[in-house]
Amino acid sequence: MPYKVLVIDDSPTMRQLIVFALKRIKDVEVVEASDGVDGYKKLTSGKFDLMLVDINMPLMDGLKLVSIVRENPEYKGIPIVIITTEGGEEDKNKALSLGANAYITKPIQPNHVLSVTKDMLKIG
Amino acid sequence: MVEENKENPLFARAEDFLQLFNKGAEFTRELLKENERLRFKLVRLEEMTKKSGTPEAKDVYTEGLEKRIVDLERELEQLIKSYREVEEENKDFANRYVEIELENNNLANLYVASFQLHSTLDFKEVLQVILEIVINLIGAEIFAVLLLDEKDNELSAVVTEGIDREEMPTIKIGEGVIGSVAKSGENYFVEEIVDFEEFNPAEPIACIPLKIKEHVIGVIAIYKLLSQKQKFTELDYELFTLLAGHAATAIFSSKIYSESERKLSTFQGFIELLTK
Repeated sequence: MPYKVLVIDDSPTMRQLIVFALKRIKDVEVVEASDGVDGYKKLTSGKFDLMLVDINMPLMDGLKLVSIVRENPEYKGIPIVIITTEGGEEDKNKALSLGANAYITKPIQPNHVLSVTKDMLKIG
Repeated sequence: MVEENKENPLFARAEDFLQLFNKGAEFTRELLKENERLRFKLVRLEEMTKKSGTPEAKDVYTEGLEKRIVDLERELEQLIKSYREVEEENKDFANRYVEIELENNNLANLYVASFQLHSTLDFKEVLQVILEIVINLIGAEIFAVLLLDEKDNELSAVVTEGIDREEMPTIKIGEGVIGSVAKSGENYFVEEIVDFEEFNPAEPIACIPLKIKEHVIGVIAIYKLLSQKQKFTELDYELFTLLAGHAATAIFSSKIYSESERKLSTFQGFIELLTK
């Protein structure tokens, strides 16, 4: 059974780069969403092993999406990785306190995305 | 009587026998003594052998041991040498792996940037892609993309990040850092990136000319990097090279396409008007 990862980012460039990195994992299926609302819709229509969420997005930002997802007991167990442009500890801590499990700061590097994802999916 | 006995042959034989018997007894005693002496010597020899062997045996044994030690030391040296070679090889492989991973990262970034730049012919979308590349892949927080108006020889901002477009003045070719970059077509980077204090349009930390061959059509001026990024990396310089060519081509193509689309719709409207 392949790992199912939901990538939510309004930037097609970022999504493509993340998908590029995740394709190095054997048996991974990536579903893309372009904003928080689209992301939540896709989350409810399938079973996911991991979510990668950008903070700055139109319609519903990443932080709001994380809090909504964590309020729903059905999705409480899904690991969430936040992607942020902010380097400050305060913003990272805010995301983590809302229920995110890890964060990646921009500019992103595909190998860093890969290692964080493997860590979250517990792939050796 | 005795004389008689001496003359008696039987007596003489008995005498001979007695002498012989005495000699035999003495010989036996000597044999027993010799036997005891030899046994004593044998016991001592056995004890010596048990303790350390004979001096000769001891020399042979030590020589064997010394030879074995020399062989083992030689073997150990060989093993250490092989181990060091393998360790060195492992280090090389590890370094090579890191280099390949880095190269792979860079290629992924360059591929994605190039793919996205040529994924659309819409001018606004091309500008959006340039913004995304500079924010997400290079990690800039404040920057502007300026295009050259060839009629006025002036550069003006078409899109900005971190500042309002109005904050970016128009710049004459050859004027200041940005104008000089547009004129020379050469990249500009400050020698040392100091802490950002205030936006000053005349003091970018990097300027990349957007060129189609040697023809400059605009400039990307970067003023501030994201707080977690301290300096430009090798990848950034490669991305700048890519942006200099591909972003310029993408902007130029999208502008031509937009113009041709506009002209086409004008012609179509005109033809429709004529054929009605």
